[in-house]
Amino acid sequence: MNIQTNQPVAKLTVAETALVEAFSAQIGELPGNGAVTGTRDRLLDDLKNAGLPTRRIESWHYTDLKNLLRAVPERVAGAKASSVSPLVKGSTVLPVLQGEAHADAEIDGVTIVAFRDQLSDGSAVAGLTALDKDDAIGRLNGSFVRDGLALDITANAEIEDVIELQASHGEGQIHTRFPVSFGAGSKATIVERHRSETEAAALVSSISDLTVGDGADITWIILQQQGASDTHLAQIRVKLGAESKLRLYVVNAGGKLVRQELRIEVQGEGAELTLRGVNLLGGDTHTDVTLVLGHNVPHTSSTETFRNVVFDKASGVFQGMIKVAPDAQKTDAKMACNTLLMSDDGDFSVKPELEIFADDVICGHGATVADIDRNHLFYLMARGVTESKARAMLVNAFVAEIVEELEEEKLVEPLEDVISSWLEKHA
Amino acid sequence: MLEIKNLHARIAEDGTEIIRGLNLTVKPGEIAAIMGPNGSGKSTLSYILSGREDYEVTEGDITYNGESILELDPAERASKGIFLAFQYPVEIPGVATMQFLKVAMNEQRKARGEDELTTPDFMRRVKEAAEGLKIDPAMLRRPLNVGFSGGEKKRAEILQMALLEPTLCVLDETDSGLDIDALKIVADGVNALRSPDRAVIVITHYQRLLDYIVPDTVHVLYKGQIIRSGDKELAQELEANGYADVIGTAA
Repeated sequence: MNIQTNQPVAKLTVAETALVEAFSAQIGELPGNGAVTGTRDRLLDDLKNAGLPTRRIESWHYTDLKNLLRAVPERVAGAKASSVSPLVKGSTVLPVLQGEAHADAEIDGVTIVAFRDQLSDGSAVAGLTALDKDDAIGRLNGSFVRDGLALDITANAEIEDVIELQASHGEGQIHTRFPVSFGAGSKATIVERHRSETEAAALVSSISDLTVGDGADITWIILQQQGASDTHLAQIRVKLGAESKLRLYVVNAGGKLVRQELRIEVQGEGAELTLRGVNLLGGDTHTDVTLVLGHNVPHTSSTETFRNVVFDKASGVFQGMIKVAPDAQKTDAKMACNTLLMSDDGDFSVKPELEIFADDVICGHGATVADIDRNHLFYLMARGVTESKARAMLVNAFVAEIVEELEEEKLVEPLEDVISSWLEKHA
Repeated sequence: MLEIKNLHARIAEDGTEIIRGLNLTVKPGEIAAIMGPNGSGKSTLSYILSGREDYEVTEGDITYNGESILELDPAERASKGIFLAFQYPVEIPGVATMQFLKVAMNEQRKARGEDELTTPDFMRRVKEAAEGLKIDPAMLRRPLNVGFSGGEKKRAEILQMALLEPTLCVLDETDSGLDIDALKIVADGVNALRSPDRAVIVITHYQRLLDYIVPDTVHVLYKGQIIRSGDKELAQELEANGYADVIGTAA
């Protein structure tokens, strides 16, 4: 029997084949009603037909996923993962262990539902989309997602304790989703944390889907601490309502192959986005942060600042696209990306893009790449601080400045600890 | 204590020779002033003593307590007790002054095999030293040297010196940019550190500072060599007649 005729023209890579086979193996097992199952099939077909993106796809130019993703670990059903103490003391931890949500915590003003339930009853289907034809993460995650946490924060609720969405895993494949809706006027701080417990490889895809209601005041911290063999493909989708404030912090401090996409739509007047990123890159790793930010209505503002430190043979990418819609007058957006290159074998690519269709706006971007200032290094060493310690202090200072902007001691200290312990291991 | 023998040194990057056969001996307890016109190699000498890698020693030796220090990096020299008070202290954003002081003190203690300071002990030492130098505690809460005035930076240098308790203090043009009141405070700070087992090298262009920090010996540096040595009278002579006479005699 000739079955060749139905195959796509391009030959699938090892990783692509493994994904297609993994999907077949899980048919009937992945949670979802008919609509969800149909959507999964379609997303997988799209993934298969388009293949993993290559450098010929503009938005993936610096992260050729087809070539970088050499293999895909098999799903390990029995792998164990445990919950650990939260980043911020006193947080309410909502664990997702090896991709399985534990939604039994109770928080006043917050409805918590396991995402698998929303898949089963079909209410999740509207979110299972690819954002555009090159959205490989949307396709991958939509095809395979099994669980996660859906949070609904009541209007005007002020959630005092930090909520930590703690995704811990061992080896295998993990596909999670975190739809979170912040009611109008609500206040909350959320830590989205991804961590690994083994050195064995995992493929993780995760999408957070935030709707920030009018006047809400939200801090969202993504802390990525995946293992040295892990592939982490993540996306955060954000819609900002009128007069809302979002402080979004992204800290990458792990993983072998990382792509963190930030897809943000500012769609209410008076909204204010503060986006900050710290990328700590070492070893033989690749980390890509890709921002697509739409200022869609008048009178909104945003600042984006990224600080990157590159050791060893690590390579990093920041793509920052700011789009200002035709009637989005008085938009105020400032983007900066500063990199400390600590090794001759490391590299960091920066691609800022401004697409401005309104005429009365302030938009700017800047990028720098530098080594440690030799005058600073000499000064510290002349006081008896050893070279390695002095370098660590200066690198720390470079990224700590960003974290200090959070101003809340309870958030600043643990993040500075994450940074300094990472530097102790890698510098 | 410090012995510099036939020292030749050049700028590493372009090979320009700055120090050309310099000899100098400084004994414990001694305050040695090094004077000279601009471009004579005064600042270079201070950098070479502290181990800045922009300079290469091509000939000669520097021994400190009988041991050559040429192979030591700046941190190792500092932990052996050599301290440079910078002419232009750098501003380092993101490094808190107090954290820096604590790290520096403890790193040196560690290198000498001593225990780290406890936090209360550290705080007490800083408070005492800062009071003596009339340093506003608010200054210590800022990032290192960031936004300090010229005078504040110089006082912060002397504060570090007092806390680190070096055995050889090299003051590079510490008087530049100081008004007379600040100069007195700084000089008092240095004089308070005078002791029989601590030496001080005061590098200066003018005699003014030497009215407050009275030297035991005065050395004239010109074109990378010590061309004349004497006692404090020599500084006064230079002040009265300028460098031309001394340079003329040597040439």
